[in-house]
Amino acid sequence: MKQRTKRLVAVLVGLGGVSLAVALTLNAFRDNLVFFFSPSQVLAQEAPLDRAFRIGGLVEDGSVQREGIRVSFNVTDTAAVVPVVFDGILPDLFREGQGVVAVGRLLEGGVFHANQVLAKHDETYMPPEAAEAIKQAQREQARVMPPEEL
Amino acid sequence: MAEKSIQWFKFASPARFYDLTGRLVWGFGILAAVLFVVGLYMGFVLAPPDYQQGNSYRIIFIHVPSAWMAMFLYVVMAIYAAVGLIWRIKTAEIMAKAIAPTGALMAFLALWTGAVWGKPTWGAFWVWDARLTSSLILFFMYLGFIALHAAIEDRQRAANASAVLALVGIINVPIIYFSVHWWNTLHQGATIKATSAPSMAAIMFFTVIVMVFAYWMYSIAAVLARARLELLEREKHAAWVSERLNLPRTKETPHA
Repeated sequence: MKQRTKRLVAVLVGLGGVSLAVALTLNAFRDNLVFFFSPSQVLAQEAPLDRAFRIGGLVEDGSVQREGIRVSFNVTDTAAVVPVVFDGILPDLFREGQGVVAVGRLLEGGVFHANQVLAKHDETYMPPEAAEAIKQAQREQARVMPPEEL
Repeated sequence: MAEKSIQWFKFASPARFYDLTGRLVWGFGILAAVLFVVGLYMGFVLAPPDYQQGNSYRIIFIHVPSAWMAMFLYVVMAIYAAVGLIWRIKTAEIMAKAIAPTGALMAFLALWTGAVWGKPTWGAFWVWDARLTSSLILFFMYLGFIALHAAIEDRQRAANASAVLALVGIINVPIIYFSVHWWNTLHQGATIKATSAPSMAAIMFFTVIVMVFAYWMYSIAAVLARARLELLEREKHAAWVSERLNLPRTKETPHA
């Protein structure tokens, strides 16, 4: 084998080995790489209930209630619902039907006590007129779409 | 076939590379300036505000091209590093070294603009989700590559060691790209995908595309300019350098 062929093989074998190692590592840590758990996962006891974790989903329509600075709302993934309470300042994009990620603990009684609420933004960008036109069309069709498709 | 491969390698000869890139740097630099002006005008004046984020979304016209360039330049850098490592082509080693600072700049811009956008939008400058963390690692890989080059005195050994580092780090690029797909992340998924229509208004999409081309042109110009300087530095005793710079002939013995 020529010297440069040897080097080529060494590089390819090395890359293959490193890729395999990384793939196995990521697979092993998969649970810890999850940034948030969905309400379904929380109700199925898949989230670490003994320590702080993040819960992510959509703010259920009509569930936001404010008492002073305390805000309570429901987080849903359309299959399950977890009630959340939070004392603090909400991000600008927080609104009903929007994605949120809340950091905190699950207390007795199944209420999630958040100490931070982040707005999760989707990948859709459009002018306000377009958004209004879509809403208009939906009202006319009187058809309810799942919130994540809005 | 044999003749063809010889022709290709001609471009890798330092003197030919220097001559060819001299004009290219200017061409790409001027194109970059024009595209930046057009792209920023489109982004700040022509594009409408977003229906939810208002004006703060406009940062994507800088953020998205930076993030793409950071990932793309890393792949190109690793390929050049591998070519230098395997075939011992000096120009390829120089190109790999020249790409690193521009790549690091792009990675930094992507992280910085993301943080500035994240505070008003998400409510946090930084979160440790898979997309953000792997992007931070990309930035550190660039810094590591630059530092390793600087730390080893012998040029050949420096090039070899940093080439291995660049190749190991390339695993990170698909992880960044697919992180929003593989795991739950706070960072949103891709707006512009190869497989479907972009989920944004046409004018916003075209602005991103113009800005992406501007970044490409700028990166090519910056990398080539840096590579030319590196080449002059390395070959300062070679005859072709004295010829081109009109230097008086040095009496020193030529350096290998």
